[in-house]
Amino acid sequence: MIWNKEFETLSRESLEKVQLERLQSVVERVYGAVPYYRQKMDDAGVKPSDINTLSDINKLPYTTKEDLRLNYPFGLFTVPMEEVVRVHASSGTTGKPTVVGYTKKDIETWAELMARALACGGADKGDMVHNAYGYGLFTGGLGAHYGAERLGATVIPVSGGNTKRQIMLMQDFGSTVLLCTPSYALNLAENIAEMGIDPAKLKLKVGIFGAEPWSVNMKEEIEKKLNLDAIDIYGLSEVMGPGVSCECIEGKNGLHIFEDHFIPEIIDPESGQPKSIGEMGELVFTTITKEAFPVIRYRTKDLTKLSDEPCACGRTFHRMQRVTGRTDDMLIIRGVNVFPSQIEHVLMSVEGVEPHYQLLVDRKGALDTLEAQVEVSEDIFSDEIKVLEQLSKNIEKEIKDLLGITCKIKLVEPKTIQRSEGKAQRVIDNRKL
Amino acid sequence: MKVEQISIFLENKSGRLADVTEVLAKADINIRALSLADTTDFGILRLIVNDTEKAKRVLKENEFTVGKTEVIAIEVTDKPGGLAQILSIIHKEGLNVEYMYAFLEKHEKKAIIIFRFDDLEKAIEILKNAGIGILKGEHVYSI
Repeated sequence: MIWNKEFETLSRESLEKVQLERLQSVVERVYGAVPYYRQKMDDAGVKPSDINTLSDINKLPYTTKEDLRLNYPFGLFTVPMEEVVRVHASSGTTGKPTVVGYTKKDIETWAELMARALACGGADKGDMVHNAYGYGLFTGGLGAHYGAERLGATVIPVSGGNTKRQIMLMQDFGSTVLLCTPSYALNLAENIAEMGIDPAKLKLKVGIFGAEPWSVNMKEEIEKKLNLDAIDIYGLSEVMGPGVSCECIEGKNGLHIFEDHFIPEIIDPESGQPKSIGEMGELVFTTITKEAFPVIRYRTKDLTKLSDEPCACGRTFHRMQRVTGRTDDMLIIRGVNVFPSQIEHVLMSVEGVEPHYQLLVDRKGALDTLEAQVEVSEDIFSDEIKVLEQLSKNIEKEIKDLLGITCKIKLVEPKTIQRSEGKAQRVIDNRKL
Repeated sequence: MKVEQISIFLENKSGRLADVTEVLAKADINIRALSLADTTDFGILRLIVNDTEKAKRVLKENEFTVGKTEVIAIEVTDKPGGLAQILSIIHKEGLNVEYMYAFLEKHEKKAIIIFRFDDLEKAIEILKNAGIGILKGEHVYSI
């Protein structure tokens, strides 16, 4: 179902008109209200009046996480605090978190976009929405919650954790739509199997999963184990939260970006030069309707590419390919660039390998070492040493052939890799660089 | 003719073997024969116990990866050359032994050898034709 037919099916020409007007207005606003933005634009020699076409966006300086950190906590807000009705913050792995703010209208817009996303993913009015995204400072829980309410569905605000109780509620309430991270979906699936519950007896029809990169194989695994359609949703707090883009149930091939609110660009992460449609690079967003905390050309560090191919669902918005890596989770192992998702892809292609794994990076002498810990399930276990050693060797060879790196496979006992209660920790880097 | 053996995946971490035996002890399971194969990273513990199904269940409940395999048990006289005689037949017939381990019977002067063959049915037939006594499962479980 298309939630907002008027905007979601706009012709490119009309959409670009809307985008340009909104872009000009937001640039005007940040230049006037935020000294930091004004200084950056002055340094780059650009004034709001220089934005006359959409491609003039190239003249504007990028905004990075570092800019947000320098203005902690509220320095980039464009409205007085009395107009800010809510703040969220993203978990900062180093130092202070990133703080974002919303006006009353921003919350409305967010609910509208999240409702669009849920409808896009196949949810509808009568659905029982099991929202296992974390509630709190993280945008996932509340963002999805407001969207599901706007859609007219019934929300179960279950949040993360307490997995066995979640499954009980899922059964008793008849949850039809599951919202959580892909790694938590797997954790749920595993518990459901252990409790001896047949997933076909659950009412789940669709799962809308986001907030972490995941591979196609992991997606298929989730679909099989939970007996539902797995849909990819994307968002980040700096841009708004969940609901920036979402896959459609009709096409299940790339995520439609709600371009009447966000202008996406793809750039070369090294040089910062713009790339064309279809080329892989770093995703950059300019928010053109947000009031409290607009961002201009915000570098997401997520790697993807855009597509302008028409889609079966009828939406005219461009699609972004599922995010499979981030510029900052890229591992450099002996000079070779590797993304955890690439290793995940290989592991998941081996029959019987469980989708729980962890990568350990270390440095022995001058050499980087990479080890993947894989849990031994009953499907791959054997009473013969040679069978298990052959399995490890096969996976090692596959990784070597595909990625050109040596990755030692270490077989570990079941349940020794920590289960996700939200975002899974896939990589432990012990190198002291 | 066949004996059920359970195998358990163990990481090379201190205390894991003790964990297994403790789980079995609590469930009142008696270990009849045991062998441990190890590599640098992991080991496989193979056990013959008095109650295979129960052992498997309690180990799984304690989150061990457990497998079940069928092996055969042969009784040999506990004297020099007892095993050599059996192995020479196995060799002559071209049977492939994946692994084997031995233990002594308490009362009789006999040793029991557990064999894991890749082709179990063929092995049973050949050994029977050669006149070698293969022990029944129940016999081994209750030693």
